Amino acid sequence: MFTITVYGENQVGLLNQISIIFTRRNLNIWSLTVSATVIEGVHKFTIACRTTRQQIDNVVKQIEKRIDVIKAFYYTDDEIIYQELALYKVSTDAILDDPNFEQLLHQHNAQILEINRTFVAIQKTGHCRETTELYEALAKYGVLQFVRSGRVAITRSPLEPVNSYLEAREEFRKELMTNK
Amino acid sequence: MTGSEAIIESLLAEGADTIFGYPGGQIMPVFDKMYDYQDKLRHILVRHEQGAIHAAQGFARACGKTGVVVVTSGPGATNVITGIADAMVDSTPLVVITGQVSNSLLGKDAFQETDVLGITLPITKWSYQIQRPEDIAWAVARAFYIAKSGRPGPVVLDVTKDAQVGKLDQFKYEPCNFIRSYIPVPTIQKSKLQEAAKMLSEAKKPLIVYGQGIILSHAEEELKALCNKAGIPAASTLLGLSALPTGFKHYKGMLGMHGNIGPNMKTNEADVILAVGMRFDDRVTGAVNTYAKQAKIIHIDIDVAEIGKIIPVDLGIHADAKEALNLLSILTPEAEHDAWEAEFDKCYETEYSKVIAPEIAPGKGDVNMGEVVNMVAEVSKQSAIVVTDVGQNQMMGARYSQFNQTRSLITSGGLGTMGFGLPAAIGAKIAEPSRPVCYFGGDGGVQMTIQEFGTIMQEKIGVKVIILNNNWLGNVRQWQELFFDARYSQTRMVNPDYMKIAEAYGFAHRRVTSREELRSAVEEMLSNDEPYILEACIVEEGMVFPMIPPGKGVTDIMLNAKEWYQK
Repeated sequence: MFTITVYGENQVGLLNQISIIFTRRNLNIWSLTVSATVIEGVHKFTIACRTTRQQIDNVVKQIEKRIDVIKAFYYTDDEIIYQELALYKVSTDAILDDPNFEQLLHQHNAQILEINRTFVAIQKTGHCRETTELYEALAKYGVLQFVRSGRVAITRSPLEPVNSYLEAREEFRKELMTNK
Repeated sequence: MTGSEAIIESLLAEGADTIFGYPGGQIMPVFDKMYDYQDKLRHILVRHEQGAIHAAQGFARACGKTGVVVVTSGPGATNVITGIADAMVDSTPLVVITGQVSNSLLGKDAFQETDVLGITLPITKWSYQIQRPEDIAWAVARAFYIAKSGRPGPVVLDVTKDAQVGKLDQFKYEPCNFIRSYIPVPTIQKSKLQEAAKMLSEAKKPLIVYGQGIILSHAEEELKALCNKAGIPAASTLLGLSALPTGFKHYKGMLGMHGNIGPNMKTNEADVILAVGMRFDDRVTGAVNTYAKQAKIIHIDIDVAEIGKIIPVDLGIHADAKEALNLLSILTPEAEHDAWEAEFDKCYETEYSKVIAPEIAPGKGDVNMGEVVNMVAEVSKQSAIVVTDVGQNQMMGARYSQFNQTRSLITSGGLGTMGFGLPAAIGAKIAEPSRPVCYFGGDGGVQMTIQEFGTIMQEKIGVKVIILNNNWLGNVRQWQELFFDARYSQTRMVNPDYMKIAEAYGFAHRRVTSREELRSAVEEMLSNDEPYILEACIVEEGMVFPMIPPGKGVTDIMLNAKEWYQK
């Protein structure tokens, strides 16, 4: 599994520009998360994809070639810290008389988000394997709904690698302006 | 000022004085405004939008300026898709302006509404929808910058009706020279070029393979200088042809499936290969698992995604060809490789006696394709811009034309678009009116865009149309004969009387059925600057050789249907 991170300008259609690069190669996107970064106007795409290194290298170069893409990188799992978020809903009746329920959540490091007469909403963050384990553990109560987010990831290096790039570009822009 | 006026003012500010187009409902405000600009802006009314886009491609390829197309929404936009895809793969700078329905109708299946962005994003360098007149100057400036800079390519601007008719309080055009997420020309890495120079200086059998990047980067002289100084033979891809003159001492011919024997054979003997501004297309490499395994490969390209994409390289240099070659020719010491270069000439001798002489001077039988091309090269004294269609005519046009100046071959390389040639020739002639423009097309390809005879007539464009008529879809027929047990499925063409068609359009014309008439017909054709239709009735079952069959390596070369090249 490779995790691709793409930093792009906040432009209409950028997600489409990125996703068609996968489509063209008949590559399936395993998960996708898009969100604003702390850098103004810059959005981050985190894409998980299972393929060969050669293919991912080609894909990332093609992504970075898009005009509105600032930078694109790819990582193996050991190069990043990543998490997914899962939400579960079970019936309140099903857990009410089970003394082990809270302990089960504790064991899985999961939290209750909301509890009312009809259902309990549970949240867990973790890797895919971990959120699946909780799903299986809750199965005996009957899981009414289950959803899992795409991966979010940060690199093990201290800064997001796009910062220095943008600083250099800003310098260059200023140079261009003064040379005008 | 309206948005439409802003579009035209923006085009003029970019120096675009010629546009190829076709009006229609959702682009009418722009065409209405054109009426006021007839003295400044030449609009070429084509007969089909595909003609507009290929003409713009021919224009851009001939003179280097960005080609501009203006068409309407819906079918107008979808009719230019082939040309956009063609321009993308062949790195041709285009700005394509498509009309679009009103903002409020977007996504509602309005009349002639199409998702132009969705369709064009995969085949453009950039696509953008303009919804407000205020964004026009910005978007057009950005479009021209993107189309022309770095590795060129097509850009689409989809302009909604609101943006065209909306009013602007002020209009100020500023050309774009900076996009923070886009670095068109990388900074030159001198250390890498030093390394390349060292590799070349240690090479016993160096070879340069170059492509259109040389032309796009204006690096012809730098390439020549490197070849001369370091004594390195050079071979061209199809799109690189004419970057070096045919008669240049170190020029050894064309690479690839129907290329010359020397460049292909020697690819697998060279010890260092310097690839510049080319992308190792499969028509060049043949089977990649046997391609140049013995060689150290240096690849210079402005598009970093091309480096290592097909062929693993020993040294990748992300750079502009002109800059890199200039530095490389300074850094590389003087050398000669006469014995090595002579080996290419030896291959050429075999090719000449086995393939070329029988093609261009058979002495008997029906006229050959290569014979016609060769005659045009001879009579035009190599001065013409040669535009080809796709197929046998293209390979013959490429093989037997001779060039003494750059930007003299215009052909659809990567996409292989039949129907490209005729409109591209129109564009080329408009871009370079002082040069003869000779189009070679087959009876198949010419009929794909034959409606553009109307454009030639109306605009009085002196294109020389040479139809190599063999009453077959010749290239497919050749493959059927060689690889599909001579099962001629759907390749026989029953053709119209081209002379009557020429007459209907009022073009001078001549049909040539024998060798004896050929020279006088070509002389007549080239004696003035008027449109001319020359139909050459050529040998029906002619084939293009040498040929590296699909799936074979660069040293598996057929000399004819029965004989393989023996080293």
